[in-house]
Amino acid sequence: METILEVKNLGKTFPIRNFIGRTKGGVSAVDRVSFSLGAQGTLGIVGESGCGKSTLARLLMRLIEPDTGEVNYRDRNILSLSGGPLKEVRRQIQMVFQNPYSSLDPQMTVLDNVAFSLWANGSGKAEARQAAYEYLDAVGLSRTHADRMPGSLSGGQRQRVAIARALILKPEIVIADEAVSALDKSVQAQVLNLFQDLKKEFALSLIFISHDLHVVEYMSDEVMVMYLGRVVEKGPTERIFGNPAHPYTRALLASAPSLDVEHAGSGAPALAGELPSPLNPPSGCRFRTRCPLATERCARETPALTEVGPGHQAACLLIEESKSA
Amino acid sequence: MAINAPTAGGTAALATAGREPSRAAQIWKSFSRRKVALAALVVLLLIVLACLLAPWVAPYGPNDGAVTDRLKEVGSAGHVLGTDEQGRDILSRILYGGRLSLLSGVLPVLLASVIGGGLGVAAGYFGGWTNTIIMRALDIVFSFPAILLAIGISAALGPGISNIIISATVVFIPPIARIAESAAKEVRKEEFIEAAKTSGAGAGLIVRSHVLRNIFGKIFVFSTSQIGVCLMVASGLSFLGLGVSPPTPEWGFMLNNLKQLIFVNPVVTIVPGIFIFLTSLSLNLVSDALSDALELKR
Repeated sequence: METILEVKNLGKTFPIRNFIGRTKGGVSAVDRVSFSLGAQGTLGIVGESGCGKSTLARLLMRLIEPDTGEVNYRDRNILSLSGGPLKEVRRQIQMVFQNPYSSLDPQMTVLDNVAFSLWANGSGKAEARQAAYEYLDAVGLSRTHADRMPGSLSGGQRQRVAIARALILKPEIVIADEAVSALDKSVQAQVLNLFQDLKKEFALSLIFISHDLHVVEYMSDEVMVMYLGRVVEKGPTERIFGNPAHPYTRALLASAPSLDVEHAGSGAPALAGELPSPLNPPSGCRFRTRCPLATERCARETPALTEVGPGHQAACLLIEESKSA
Repeated sequence: MAINAPTAGGTAALATAGREPSRAAQIWKSFSRRKVALAALVVLLLIVLACLLAPWVAPYGPNDGAVTDRLKEVGSAGHVLGTDEQGRDILSRILYGGRLSLLSGVLPVLLASVIGGGLGVAAGYFGGWTNTIIMRALDIVFSFPAILLAIGISAALGPGISNIIISATVVFIPPIARIAESAAKEVRKEEFIEAAKTSGAGAGLIVRSHVLRNIFGKIFVFSTSQIGVCLMVASGLSFLGLGVSPPTPEWGFMLNNLKQLIFVNPVVTIVPGIFIFLTSLSLNLVSDALSDALELKR
């Protein structure tokens, strides 16, 4: 499969300043994250709230400037671009935001919310609106919805509008940041299926970010598990869910509510305790404070991603040990 | 705040059929539920219209005086609000003078809304150093008591209605800029701003089409509430002799002029004051109700 987006060693630390503006440490939000996205593939990113998923999405969009790393879109490093070329590349990567109640301008009609993306790229009012009608139609909203204000739409309808707005620039990659988390379960299913349909129709590559394991399992070809800003495990969806290697992934799977009887007794203990503060992350392996298998060595050494199966990598010292033994 | 609703010809009828009432209609509905505000609006409109139409409405010219008619009481035949020491009809002078007074209440706030609004939006949207420089500079202006600052500027520039307008504008820029700044800061955090950035929109377009649209209501409501205050500041300056020169009628200056009659004809003396008070009060009541009505739809 052709690679469309390749991310290498992406990192971002938010400086914490004291009251006179001097830096006194930082929040390590994303630390050395690398992955690649195949053309028309779907990459799922899971992790608890606060693990850096949303920051990662914003780094890819350059809404936040990364400290380190590269984001290569079709072999061009986005981070080195500016001005016109950046604008050109941005069109190719669009985002659907988490909160459909904040992601639409409440003072603009639904139609203009969608058409705005085209205006921003120098298109005329009338033709942008015409295109907006077509894309609203593609996400299943009629012309009667188009002239309303976002305030009178339901969450699911709003998220459809947000999807239409992302698609109208004809992007190749769509990043969905917790795009269904704010919706009811029944509406979630509709929007997820809409994503699947649109993905085929517009030949999209998707990055699907969610804390909901079921959603990610349903949507993705590949899954990347994040913990406190780091990738702990990544691989094909079946392998991650069927044969998780990292203790964190196992615990995460065990703590997800499931109606599936076979999966219910997987044996791994559910996740306990609170997520440590990213302001002062644990040394070595960041998961060690909650890991049932942690040893002294985990506090000293930082595990690297190692191959545990075909295309399947995990970052855990215990796995490294068992392999070398 | 007309919000454009493009409707392709054929579907126009369909779209309007099952449509909820427009935003303007909703605001009016909530506004008109408050009877006091409604009454204030009527009073305000009457005053404004009468002043604008003074040449047709006023019974006499503003400077037509007759020595025989001097110092008439309120309610005298032919002079409903009495006459002053030169026999000029108070009602006529109030109506003619209202034009300048209202202008000096409205224009500074309008100018300050444009300047202060612009500064506030720039500070709030861009943040960082831009914010620090703009807002701290405005804090310096804000730290002076408003009326003293206005007197100081007016005195420095010399008497005249245009100088009153300039000094009142300066006084009203900082508070309006503060409102605009905090509103713009709030809007900046919304995801639709991020979405606009990802679509490639520049800061100018985002401010024009998203930020201004979303903070307009707040600035508008606050500015209307300041018109009454500004009217009093301007009248105050005029009362101190920093405004118009005789015989031009203006409420604040009339009050100054009539104060010498306070023992002769006390009721006539307070007539301009009553008009300042009535206008200011009505403005505040209207802006109060307007603020609630706009809040409803946020």
